Amino acid sequence: MTNPGAATWSFDEEDLAALTQTVDKFLADTGAHSALIADRSGQLVATMGRPLDFDPMVFATLTAADFSANDQLARLIGETDFTTLFHQGEKESMYVADVARRLILVTLFDNRTPIGLVRLKMKPVVEELTAHLDRAFSRARESGTTQPNILAGAGDEIDELFNW
Amino acid sequence: MINYAAREINCKIVYYGPGLGGKTTNLEHIYGKVKPDTRGKLISLATETERTLFFDFLPVDLGTIRGFNTRFHLYTVPGQVYYNASRKLILKNVDGVVFVADSQIERMEANLESMQNLYDNMAEYGYDLTKIPFVVQYNKRDLPNAAPVSELQAALNPGWEHHEPAKARVTPDPYHAGENLIDQLPTGEWVEKAPYFEAVAIEGDGVFDTLKAVSKLVLKALA
Repeated sequence: MTNPGAATWSFDEEDLAALTQTVDKFLADTGAHSALIADRSGQLVATMGRPLDFDPMVFATLTAADFSANDQLARLIGETDFTTLFHQGEKESMYVADVARRLILVTLFDNRTPIGLVRLKMKPVVEELTAHLDRAFSRARESGTTQPNILAGAGDEIDELFNW
Repeated sequence: MINYAAREINCKIVYYGPGLGGKTTNLEHIYGKVKPDTRGKLISLATETERTLFFDFLPVDLGTIRGFNTRFHLYTVPGQVYYNASRKLILKNVDGVVFVADSQIERMEANLESMQNLYDNMAEYGYDLTKIPFVVQYNKRDLPNAAPVSELQAALNPGWEHHEPAKARVTPDPYHAGENLIDQLPTGEWVEKAPYFEAVAIEGDGVFDTLKAVSKLVLKALA
């Protein structure tokens, strides 16, 4: 039986560094100013580029909901999914791309960055991020465990945590 | 999600239940009571008449354990029947569920429909509600037409049979003296119920007891 949620997903520093490096290069190549990675359930994984002046956690949640809703719309019209979304504003725009059906990459850019360039550079970036994820999961499978269970035997400490 | 880089444990809890049962009220109370530096913004995607359209969302930090910050992402689903597609989306990758039942006797049918809907939507993802952290809240206990808790329990939380040897023992309900969460029937089967809490969410009664219970179950499931 599938076990949903927290126990199925973990990131270490090495994974994060690999993702960050790829996206930082993408930002430099396109001139987009910021990026954000969230998982499909709306949890924020990382932000890159210029610091965001809004709450990235909220943004991650709303983006995932937006993406999921659009996924369902795609299925209703006979498509498997929409792998990308583009929201264009007067000054700021966002391009959202699915990564291996596990993560969402959001690219934020102003009107100095042409959308065509973002689209052009997006495909190799998604492929590279997918490769990073595959390596992370393969590593986890080979070692037989994703990470040491940090909460092993923590029953009493958990009780204490909620003693308020 | 366990983010080892940021030293954070992020868990998702969904408040489910029939329309106008008190799901959003639970989150609003939590938002109003917890310290501002331990919570984020309360996001409500709602209609003009304040009925939840897509979801409410509130991130709350509930403390640090073994050097990891525990952050709980609380969501509510829209309760109205025709928003089922949205409810399904919100349930994805859930770690714990709170079912907020409306205690009013006239809402028993709506409660039952919503509970069945929860089981059905979970099953579509391949999730088994009897195997994940799950807590029931009987809200609106202050109303004169509130059904007795025993009736609500019989209808909504009668228990499920389990076959796990580790759980094959009478287990008292830590929240209700004299009651058990796991019991053995005269015919030998072991039956487990979800923990339940009485609440008057609009006053805050029972809101934090419910949140603490489900959060504890979520972390213990990881341990």
